[in-house]
Amino acid sequence: MLDKALSGSKKYGIWIGFLLLLIGGGFIAYLQQLNVGLGITGMSRDVSWGFYIAQFTFLVGVAAGGVMVVLPYYIHDYKAFGRITVLGEFLAIGALIMCLLFIIVDLGYPSRLFNVIIHFSPDSMLFWDMIVLNGYLFLNVVVGWNVLEAERNGVSYKKWVKFLAYFSIPWAVGIHTVTAFLYCGLPGRGYWLTAILAPRFLASAFAAGPALLIILALIVQKTTKFDPGDKAIDTLSKIVCYALIANVFFFLCEVFVTFYSQNPHHMETFQFLFQGVHGHDNLVPWMWGSMFLMGFGILFLVIPKLRKNRFLLPITCVMIFVGTWIDKGMGLITGGFNPTPLNHITEYAPTGLEIMITIGVYAIGLLLITVLFKMAAAIKEEVGA
Amino acid sequence: MKKSRRRFLKIAGVSALGLGAGSAVNVFASAVVKKEENNKKASENSQFEKMPNALTAKRWAIVIDTRKLNDKRVEKIQNACHLNHNVPAIPEEKKEIKWIWTDKFHNVFPDKENEYLAEKLEHLNILTLCNHCDNPPCVQACPTKATFQREDGIVMMDYHRCIGCRFCMAACPYGSRSFNFFNPRPHLENVNPDFPTRQKGVVEKCNLCAERLAQGKAPYCVEASDGAIAFGDLEDPKSDVRRLLKSNFTIRRRPSLGTGPCVYYIV
Repeated sequence: MLDKALSGSKKYGIWIGFLLLLIGGGFIAYLQQLNVGLGITGMSRDVSWGFYIAQFTFLVGVAAGGVMVVLPYYIHDYKAFGRITVLGEFLAIGALIMCLLFIIVDLGYPSRLFNVIIHFSPDSMLFWDMIVLNGYLFLNVVVGWNVLEAERNGVSYKKWVKFLAYFSIPWAVGIHTVTAFLYCGLPGRGYWLTAILAPRFLASAFAAGPALLIILALIVQKTTKFDPGDKAIDTLSKIVCYALIANVFFFLCEVFVTFYSQNPHHMETFQFLFQGVHGHDNLVPWMWGSMFLMGFGILFLVIPKLRKNRFLLPITCVMIFVGTWIDKGMGLITGGFNPTPLNHITEYAPTGLEIMITIGVYAIGLLLITVLFKMAAAIKEEVGA
Repeated sequence: MKKSRRRFLKIAGVSALGLGAGSAVNVFASAVVKKEENNKKASENSQFEKMPNALTAKRWAIVIDTRKLNDKRVEKIQNACHLNHNVPAIPEEKKEIKWIWTDKFHNVFPDKENEYLAEKLEHLNILTLCNHCDNPPCVQACPTKATFQREDGIVMMDYHRCIGCRFCMAACPYGSRSFNFFNPRPHLENVNPDFPTRQKGVVEKCNLCAERLAQGKAPYCVEASDGAIAFGDLEDPKSDVRRLLKSNFTIRRRPSLGTGPCVYYIV
């Protein structure tokens, strides 16, 4: 089936070439990081995780978000999603590959990666995260591929495939729950130590994942003869709306608990993120930007007339994607590390090389998604879906 | 307690597999045994050879008498530790490596900060180092057991196993861990050949001078402190630390987190 991705229009070729260029740039930057060490990044003793882990956390959400099309289709037999289920699964594959790559580029000693398996440690949440992420990747590859192949051959997919699809639904919840557990089980980090972290992760995931899927479906609609269907896109936008409202609601619950209880250390993180503390305020415009983007995102989706506007919808989706990306990426990671255990504020900003590596990893994910989507669209065109 | 739980998990894992495929059990079981041997080897290697006169304890602890410390003595302590342990002097402060250092009272004890603090405490530089917790979050977080707790409570690092994921740094509520953002060797003026240097990409921290205890010597910081730092067995009522804890009011860093820090401060 992959042969479908090898031929395409000139524009397709240019796009692939562009991605390869970005991957090459990221690779060169990564060689520099391998050579010098993680010292080339903006991370520090105090903020020991940065841009890479932020992307990882956010993209686990994007991967889990794919379940928002899988669930209605397989459980509720929601036919409108039948056409795009495979897109949701392929998006999850791309996102998961990026997650795994972001973990690898974040390692100080990547050649020892397999120590996680050789010296497996069930006490560590990272061990379980490895299992759920790889398991979810496996499920999506098997289900997506088999369903698409069956469609191409004009037969219905095997029963065990459907069983695996059912299985992947709680698993999707699992990947993001375990990823939240990486953070919320640490005793000394007030911003993370909250039982609502996993629900909040899921809510923002179910907004960001489907928002990206809408953008991708609109691109597919425009560039290929395969039509994902207006009804599917409209339903997806409603899902994004409710999930985003839940995410903002959970965040406001956190704000209430922090400021009504007046816990000084918890308040200081919020002050650092939204006001700045002692002149350390590099995240302030980002955090307010995130709130602004998510707020208007809700507004544009709640009002039916605006939600159904096909010109506005992709813009709204980009706003939501960026808003949740800042909130769950930069804000969550840097916020969690501040104030530091020794009650200081340490700012963090990624370096140029760090950004290049990050873009390189994103380009790999986009290349994969492009190829998989191209393949899916070509097969759907072929069978005249 | 923890050990037996781990063992239980292993046995449970093996039995679960056995339910499915009887013949596979032997293969898997022998793999587990091999792995256990492997683990043992790794931790033994990093636990320096014990001399007959080695110092041993059921639970090592440290008591720091802040009243007896001044800047000069602190510098001497820090040098004794850092120079002997090949701790590099990284010029970029944000990425520095430190095993023992000082900070102000309200930084070391953020939950004990009074608006009007005793004047002597206001300006005092308080030593801080790994607390060798009873219940160390870093050990729990480590995905490779590169950081582990010895029977005597010392929390150790295996520099040859660490993958540099820095989960332990996020888990440590005391900021006691440093990461080698660069190759540390060019930043060492003199190398102590009796202690390993590290490579870039691994985490390191205070090891309570496990290598010295094995030779029957007190930790460097204790030796250089001229009596300001005491160490001993917390479970021995006649030890120096127990004697000091009995006769002085002491505090620990963030005990409410339940980590059980084993560094006590007389203020």
